[in-house]
Amino acid sequence: MRYAIRTEGLSKSFTLHLQGGVTLPVLHDVELAVAPGECVALAGPSGAGKSTLMRCLYGNYGAGKGRILLRHGETEIDLAAADARVMRAVRRDTLGYVSQFLRVIPRVATLDIVAEPLLARGVALEAARDRATSLLARLNLPAKLHGLPPATFSGGEQQRVNLARGFAPRYPVLLLDEPTASLDAANRAVVIGLVEEAKRAGTAIIGIFHDAEVRERVADRLFEVHPIPAAA
Amino acid sequence: MTIAAGYNFGYLDEATKRMIRRAILKAVAIPGHQVPFGSREMPLPYGWGTGGIQVTASVIGPDDVLKVIDQGADDTTNAVSIRRFFAKVAGVATTGRTAEATLIQTRHRIPETPLREGQILVYQVPMPEPLFRLEPRVAETQRMHALADYGLMHVKLYEDIARYGHVAISYNYPVMVNRRYLMAPSPIPAFDNPKMDRMPALQLFGAGREKRIYAVPPHTEVRSLDFEDHPFVPIRADAACSLCGSRDTYLDEIVTDDRGGRRFICSDTDWCASRREEGR
Amino acid sequence: MSTAGAPLLEAEGLTLRFGAIPALEEVALSIWPGEVVAIVGESGSGKTTLLRVLSGLVRPERGTVRYHGADGAVRDVHGMAESRRRLLHRTEWGFVHQNPRDGLRMGVSAGGNVGERLMAVGARHYGSIRAEAAAWLRRVEIDPARMDEVPTRFSGGMQQRLQIARTLVTRPRLVFMDEPTGGLDVSVQARLLDMLRGLVADLDLAVLIVTHDIAAARLLAHRMLVMRHGRVVEQGLTDRVLDDPQHPYTQLLVSSVLAA
Repeated sequence: MRYAIRTEGLSKSFTLHLQGGVTLPVLHDVELAVAPGECVALAGPSGAGKSTLMRCLYGNYGAGKGRILLRHGETEIDLAAADARVMRAVRRDTLGYVSQFLRVIPRVATLDIVAEPLLARGVALEAARDRATSLLARLNLPAKLHGLPPATFSGGEQQRVNLARGFAPRYPVLLLDEPTASLDAANRAVVIGLVEEAKRAGTAIIGIFHDAEVRERVADRLFEVHPIPAAA
Repeated sequence: MTIAAGYNFGYLDEATKRMIRRAILKAVAIPGHQVPFGSREMPLPYGWGTGGIQVTASVIGPDDVLKVIDQGADDTTNAVSIRRFFAKVAGVATTGRTAEATLIQTRHRIPETPLREGQILVYQVPMPEPLFRLEPRVAETQRMHALADYGLMHVKLYEDIARYGHVAISYNYPVMVNRRYLMAPSPIPAFDNPKMDRMPALQLFGAGREKRIYAVPPHTEVRSLDFEDHPFVPIRADAACSLCGSRDTYLDEIVTDDRGGRRFICSDTDWCASRREEGR
Repeated sequence: MSTAGAPLLEAEGLTLRFGAIPALEEVALSIWPGEVVAIVGESGSGKTTLLRVLSGLVRPERGTVRYHGADGAVRDVHGMAESRRRLLHRTEWGFVHQNPRDGLRMGVSAGGNVGERLMAVGARHYGSIRAEAAAWLRRVEIDPARMDEVPTRFSGGMQQRLQIARTLVTRPRLVFMDEPTGGLDVSVQARLLDMLRGLVADLDLAVLIVTHDIAAARLLAHRMLVMRHGRVVEQGLTDRVLDDPQHPYTQLLVSSVLAA
């Protein structure tokens, strides 16, 4: 199968040196492959490691064992072994991530937050702002908020800023961690539309969707993440 | 003339003169560069020209004709004492006439009469380091000279223009010698700076307290620092000498009464007197 | 940002002891154009010493630092003539000190402070120097109407912004910053960080920033090195080092910071 991102034997554990060096295994031998235009929903009980897997894929957590193979332009890269500079290039050009909570630089206007990943790719300022404005409008964020930093926004508003930022650059691979958690029905529908559009454009999407309705609408299949029994 | 009994020719002993001549030769070879030398105790206090006297004593010969000026005048205390000193310890002829002198020691002026090849002009220097008010660390100023790192001097000029609209340095105006070394011209008026440029005479500078000698060989380029849009302008009082009528020489201002009366006269007494003689 | 090409600065095996105390032990580091790299660690971890060694101010006992100049030549920072190193420091490099007094001339006006680097590289047109200085003061949010005032009359935050303007005026490629927000009030720090972030992006600067402020590092740096007892104990993407720290010391460092 032609894939956009694939893991081979991906394992991850945390060693807590401040708690006497106790080791918590979270992921074990994860084998996940996602094709361009496909949307895979991660399934499994809370605490099974779905978010950890997402963070490993994004490079926010280091992979313990195994490989994460990503199509990056014309090349295939093992993210598990990639150095920081390669990761930066991958995040700029190939791999997007919409986290559960907006974590952005304080005091920066919403519009600039959304336009920033486009500017980093060399999109002209005007074009980047146009795209940011139209996405924010589509997500029903009032225009009067575009010039303000999102720190004081409600949870739902922040989530929509986060989504606009994630969808703006049209990444080939997009990771969505609970993208609709704090959204109302109307905005959930907008997100479903954005995901469907991205899929049609060939984006491979891996998501955690607690909302069953959204999951059924967008996911092509489920991928089960199994909790690891506590180490003996 | 004869040398007073008990003195070596030129007061200094031969070994000291040789040491100073070596410093002078090095200074001539590296125009504008300050050369350290073993400054001796002289029979007059620091600040009265001990550096200039040691340089003069080391280059003077029995056939030299010596002129000494202080602020342009041959008849002020300092000039008279130094002239007498050399008449006594070297037995040389002295003169007030710039054109007749082979060796001229000066404090604070360059004579108005253009100097010619073969003459030597010896400056008395209180502070040889042009950067000393800007950079207090001596080691650092030496490094700046070594690397020709003179941006700081331009900062000083910049500050003057920003504050006063022009460079507010009226004497000891810094110069670049041979496009390499930044040099303090000693406290001569900025008016005299252009005379240093490509002067046919040899210019030697002696700083006794600071123990430094430097030199500008004949025909060497000496440029006053400036900005392209604020070029160096030699400044003089906008008046004529009330004795000789000169309008292109450096003038001293003399207060004549306590009701604001004042006159201007040439600071170079020899030049002024010659002009008056010619005019007669 | 490109993954190809040569690093600007490359250090290997840097080792330096102060008496029996190891200040640097086998430190290696590279920085590429347009990259912001933070060096974090507690006081005495050797991070400031590392910055001074990398910028050629202090010579290591062992190890090399190589700089890839704008002219394409690769030079040993500690092997080059002092004149060339100084030239680098006022052209292609910049150094921002923690205490603005160490980086500014306190008796010289703000305009003169910014203009000095221009004059040091040969600018001799007063009007252009002044215009350039005014533009840079505006850029660091200092009213150009105050350009003839001396920095002693400025607040700490303004002094630091002035130092940054003075450093960046000659468009360096690589800037070393030693705790640039240290000693400032929190609100002033925030403003300075915002400004730095903007300048770094606009000018495509490579920055090596030493800080013990983890939040500042998260905000500014693409990559991070964690130092302890003169060694680099961990390094990588800033968010990975902070969110998934591996070394016991990094875990302690991260856990000591209030969540931002």
